[in-house]
Amino acid sequence: MAHFPKPAAGSWTENWPELGTAPVDYTDSIDPEQWKLEQQAIFRKLWLHVGRVERLPKAGSYFTREMPSVGAGTSIIVNKDKDGQVRAFYNLCRHRGNKLVWNDYPGEEVSGSCRQFTCKYHAWRYALDGELTFIQQEDEFFDVDKADYPLKPVRCEVWEGFIFVNFDDDAEPLVDYLGDFAKGLEGYPFHEMTEVYSYRAEINSNWKLFIDAFVEFYHAPILHMKQATAEEAAKLAKVGFEALHYDIKDQHSMISSWGGMSPPKDLNMVKPIERILHSGLFGPWDRPDIKGILPDELPPAVNPARQPTWGQDSFEFFPNFTLLLWAPGWYLTYNYWPTAVDKHIFECNLYFVPPKNTRQRLSQELAAVTFKEYALQDANTLEATQTQIGTRAVTEFPLCDQEILLRHLHHTAHKYVDKYKLEQAAKAATNGSASKTEKEGANV
Amino acid sequence: MSETNGTKERLLPEEFADLERFSDWILPTEPERYAKRLASTMEEMQNLYDVGMARLEDVMVYLDARFPLHGMPDDAKRLMHLMQSVVMVSFPVEVWKQPRVLDSGAAWVEIVREPVV
Repeated sequence: MAHFPKPAAGSWTENWPELGTAPVDYTDSIDPEQWKLEQQAIFRKLWLHVGRVERLPKAGSYFTREMPSVGAGTSIIVNKDKDGQVRAFYNLCRHRGNKLVWNDYPGEEVSGSCRQFTCKYHAWRYALDGELTFIQQEDEFFDVDKADYPLKPVRCEVWEGFIFVNFDDDAEPLVDYLGDFAKGLEGYPFHEMTEVYSYRAEINSNWKLFIDAFVEFYHAPILHMKQATAEEAAKLAKVGFEALHYDIKDQHSMISSWGGMSPPKDLNMVKPIERILHSGLFGPWDRPDIKGILPDELPPAVNPARQPTWGQDSFEFFPNFTLLLWAPGWYLTYNYWPTAVDKHIFECNLYFVPPKNTRQRLSQELAAVTFKEYALQDANTLEATQTQIGTRAVTEFPLCDQEILLRHLHHTAHKYVDKYKLEQAAKAATNGSASKTEKEGANV
Repeated sequence: MSETNGTKERLLPEEFADLERFSDWILPTEPERYAKRLASTMEEMQNLYDVGMARLEDVMVYLDARFPLHGMPDDAKRLMHLMQSVVMVSFPVEVWKQPRVLDSGAAWVEIVREPVV
């Protein structure tokens, strides 16, 4: 039955017995209290991807990020200082708390470059490393020492050009947190792929539901049936979907899939414009002229089953960062930023090697346009799911072996929340009644 | 063209003057092209698609033989923007048979950063 070998345990799911095979309770995606706990246990404690180093081309380059998933109003500045170090700070002036970097609308993200940060309110100035360098009418203040008022830093570390921040000062180093999948991806030519298309959507569903949609391709032959030619769609639906490989390492996971149509075996399988532009959902067919993307050049974590039909790997770095590598030499990232139990902001970036001519440029254009067509369908399906599970008419749902990573995602989110609850309970026990204010502060 | 009648400035390279009637599809950014798509009839998009698809290969050969991607004169750039609109209407024409993505309902995905030719 299976076209690709499964583990000796008999299935992918049973290879990780702690996941179980029973129907999964989706209350974690509709319970507002669970979301509040996830915010404390996950989004305030784990490493979060906020952008690529290419957005900071020189000393003084910066961009701001709104981080509602961490807490209402939370905003950070990510910048490159004089020594080339990437840093992050709370976007807040130490004088009276005005938002430091913004234009026109305080809630909107901005980017640019500057020699220093100057507050709009009273012109306090900060160096690129966060040091307070100027206080307007300094002698009007009482015993003020500028060294005591630098910008408040946020943990910021870079892996292979991906910038991450962490709001927990005690968190483990980024590379330790990302673990073996990240180690096995090192050396992939991410830095060559600097032609970027960025998308944003506000989605009326729990953040985990969109990850659910992207870590299984069981849906692909059905939901996206119309995008293929009629004959091809019928064939795909009949065969269904099987991954080449799944893997789980602690909180992170990956799915490896076959190559599909890049390039197609038969030109009749694809739409007329794809035939002219040599491109489609799976990206431009013609590989760019760079090192590091041919099958035998790929780093060890990519195409782990060493399948000749390999087409893409999707790495799911918990909690909310998807890194998807395509065989023809491009990649994309997704981030899912919850703002409520039933709302999140979805971000996507497509990264290509800069095109050298109009042929390559239009080929990438078609891939980008195609991506959006699919994303719109996926996004709308999520809202339809959220409203129905929200009724609690049914709370448990059966997941198949091709949906193992959904099982792992919900299991992992639960694990972090449960650990957090235990820690809070232990703190409350040791502090006795004195912990009352702390508990309230934790928003449990 | 413009020299002979003296009334209208030429927008596209002379070799592609026949595409000038689609000049309202010369749009440099994705949000403009996407909005135009949603505001157009299938007949309008089918016309652009039919003519554009027939010239797409010629356009790439013409432009790539003459200019670097980031050093095109304005008329060549406009031709490129028009071809990007051909890509934009290809899904409504080839797949959906309607301007909107099928089953996309209230969903909205916007592009926030893109390379502009």
